[in-house]
Amino acid sequence: MNDNPYMPYLMRIEKITYEAPGVKTLMLKFVKEEDEKKFDFEAGQFGMYSVYGVGESAFCIASSPTRKGYIECTFRRAGRVTNALSNCEEGNLIGFRGPYGRSFPVNEWKWKNLLFIAGGIALPPMRCVIWNILDLRDNFKDVTIIYGARSVSDLVYKRELQDWGSREDVRLITTVDPGGETPDWKGETGFVPAIVEKAAPSPDNTIAIVCGPPVMIKYTFPILSKRGFADENIFTTLENRMKCGFGKCGRCNIGKMYVCKDGPVFTLAQLKELPDEY
Amino acid sequence: MDELKKKATELLESLTVKVVIGYEEGTAGRTRALFAEKPEDACRLIYDSRCVQNLATYLTKREVRDKGRIAIEATLPVMRSIIQLAAEFQVSDANLLVLGITPDGKLIEFGNLAEVEAFIHQYPIEINQQDREELAKIEKMTPAERWKFWTDELSLCIKCYACRAACPMCYCDRCTVDCNQPQWIPVPSHLPGNLEWHIMRAVHLTGRCVDCDACYNACPLNIPIHLLTKKMVEEATVHFGGYQPTIKGEHIMSTYRPDDKDNFIQ
Amino acid sequence: MNTDKRLIRKDSLENLFDILRKKNKIIYAPVSKNSKIIFNKVESFQEIATGYVQTVQSPKEVYFPRFETVLEYTMSKDNISVESVNPDDIPEVILWGVRPCDAMGIGILSAIFNQDFDDEIYNKHLSHLTVLGFSCNKADEYCFCTSVGGNPGNTEGSDILFTQLGENGDYLAEIITEKGWSVVSLAEGLFETAGEINKNQFLADLPSMFEIDEIRKNLENIYSSELWTEQSLKCIGCGACAYVCPTCACFDLQDEAHGKLGRRLRCWDSCGFSLFTLHASGHNPRQLQSQRWRQRIMHKFSYIPEKLSVFGCTGCGRCSRACPADMNILEYLISLQEATI
Repeated sequence: MNDNPYMPYLMRIEKITYEAPGVKTLMLKFVKEEDEKKFDFEAGQFGMYSVYGVGESAFCIASSPTRKGYIECTFRRAGRVTNALSNCEEGNLIGFRGPYGRSFPVNEWKWKNLLFIAGGIALPPMRCVIWNILDLRDNFKDVTIIYGARSVSDLVYKRELQDWGSREDVRLITTVDPGGETPDWKGETGFVPAIVEKAAPSPDNTIAIVCGPPVMIKYTFPILSKRGFADENIFTTLENRMKCGFGKCGRCNIGKMYVCKDGPVFTLAQLKELPDEY
Repeated sequence: MDELKKKATELLESLTVKVVIGYEEGTAGRTRALFAEKPEDACRLIYDSRCVQNLATYLTKREVRDKGRIAIEATLPVMRSIIQLAAEFQVSDANLLVLGITPDGKLIEFGNLAEVEAFIHQYPIEINQQDREELAKIEKMTPAERWKFWTDELSLCIKCYACRAACPMCYCDRCTVDCNQPQWIPVPSHLPGNLEWHIMRAVHLTGRCVDCDACYNACPLNIPIHLLTKKMVEEATVHFGGYQPTIKGEHIMSTYRPDDKDNFIQ
Repeated sequence: MNTDKRLIRKDSLENLFDILRKKNKIIYAPVSKNSKIIFNKVESFQEIATGYVQTVQSPKEVYFPRFETVLEYTMSKDNISVESVNPDDIPEVILWGVRPCDAMGIGILSAIFNQDFDDEIYNKHLSHLTVLGFSCNKADEYCFCTSVGGNPGNTEGSDILFTQLGENGDYLAEIITEKGWSVVSLAEGLFETAGEINKNQFLADLPSMFEIDEIRKNLENIYSSELWTEQSLKCIGCGACAYVCPTCACFDLQDEAHGKLGRRLRCWDSCGFSLFTLHASGHNPRQLQSQRWRQRIMHKFSYIPEKLSVFGCTGCGRCSRACPADMNILEYLISLQEATI
């Protein structure tokens, strides 16, 4: 690849999975072998996915770096580019620029307990790091996943949830908002923050990773803090409108930090220093 | 303008209005908008021939609107804009008090917008002599010359949208150029995009433009874009006998009659 | 590279220009258009404007164009062929008549475009650019370069800096870089030896108007102040300030498709526009003009200095001159220095 930082890799859509109403996962493979060989990333990083002729959009890389040969992204149909991506078919070619951003410091989490809390469409950035952890399962102690969505049909990665739930070395709690359950729903019912409180996680030697819509995060952080989690041990990913993805177009900054370059992974300690502008 | 200052001070002291919008001294001999919220600010209000910025553009700005009841120093073009805004439900008697400045510089206190409308109807919208001559020059050009004239001028445009921001009639929260499904007007400031933007703006302003020159005054590059909207004012005069902003009356571009000669819509 | 001083006669400037044009150099210089001074490609020396303080637009549109193709693509039945723009295709350009504030701005823009990731397209523009700066012998009420670390005779960013020694005088030419010497070598005869000349007496007298470090310190504390609303009430939300500014770099990436062919363009954008930070979900972190105005000031005077060790403003005053609402940044900066929480 030449020095043009705006040039994407050419990717072929191998497989499309329908996750939830409006939400799809694309499995992408590099068209050029030399691109695939060079490419590597870390959990938590994101990329700019383009539909040529339409534009680009930023999503996390939702697959794990431990699984080679392809990357995945999951998105909800919301605007111009996500609509175009939604209309793509298997075999279509799109572009991918990345990886960008700071990753989850997975190596620093070795031998710790991990608590993953996610809501709705925010499971994708977490799925990447969850797969990463599970692929190296022996390096970590207890793994707990709390995930909720508005209703049963809105839960993404339904197949993964089954896998995770059936593992003995993972504690999985799924929940839907009150009123979102179906007659055969076996999980919890309640908003994610309330379920977290009910689960009463211990902060001892535990890292919490929280991703979700702003309202969920706003109510979950205080619960964790109350339980004794230190701000440096609570991680999250932020989103913002992005265009370049590498800190030049000036769009995604929150105070001094660019979400694309200094994030998207932030600890609560770092978040507290940022102005309330996101 | 002592009468104006006195009235403004009175309105603020009695809490009749939350803010008085007017003109004050600016940088290097310019004038600029003043938002007087405290009675002591009212002494900065001025009026003279330099005061040409169309203040009505602030009436649709959220932070200004949210202040509460507003009084505004309004010259004739500003009054016209206010009536047009009222016709389009953007301002009303409940939130606005107009302190008019007549063409010969006297203060006139209006009790309500209907009085403002009656006042402005005494003065038809007429293109001034200088602009008339500019338009005549362009009209005399051949189509090729005219195309060259406009492409020369509009290739300078940097799409800063100062014209849109300064125009009181451009108040859409989400302008057509900001829509990207589809992207009706291209974002980059290349010539085709610039032409599309200015033509579209002239069309959107047909029947609404009050000939205030705010767009031209705002343009950092002095591109004569006001000639486009003025031409539409002229066309309206030719085809519809002219128009005046009016709250309850008919608007030439948004009124349809079954005997309209353009019957494609039937 | 030692800065060397030469003298170039007033009438020889035109000769220098002609020599450069004869070598087919592309020259951009200030010209008058619609009673405003703008940068444009010039063919003859007579086109160059004189007697003005500052151009409306900065020369940044020469090395950071208003819109620029970054890639092109062609769609065929089963394939998309994507071609990167070749930065080597960017032509060599001479910028004639750049003020010291603008020359300083080049360095600031370069710092932004090379922060963490190098933007090769931008860098190629710069490497193909020669900057012929001209000192300021007068300033107006909008100028404040001396308050932000610049001055009317600053050599930073120029390849050669010309200073006119008095009205109708000859020019002191300070040759600052290799590129400057390349220009000299094309017209050796025109560059005579200069004696001891103190250019300062010929420069505009511009005292500093505020303490920029005080402002930066203050900005750490006044994020939630009402001041931002007060200052930005008359802002009408256009992009004029960002577009005329030599150090504003915010851009957009837009795809334009024409059937099977298309291109991706990088084009200017402004943080002052209401929809700059709008998410597809409808959430907008900077919904109010006061938040956007605060972002502009904080970015230039707090965030950029922190990250890049330079201030994001050269004191050229263009933003205030171009602003349709007379948002005078100098005035606002002075009141920010005095601001308390």
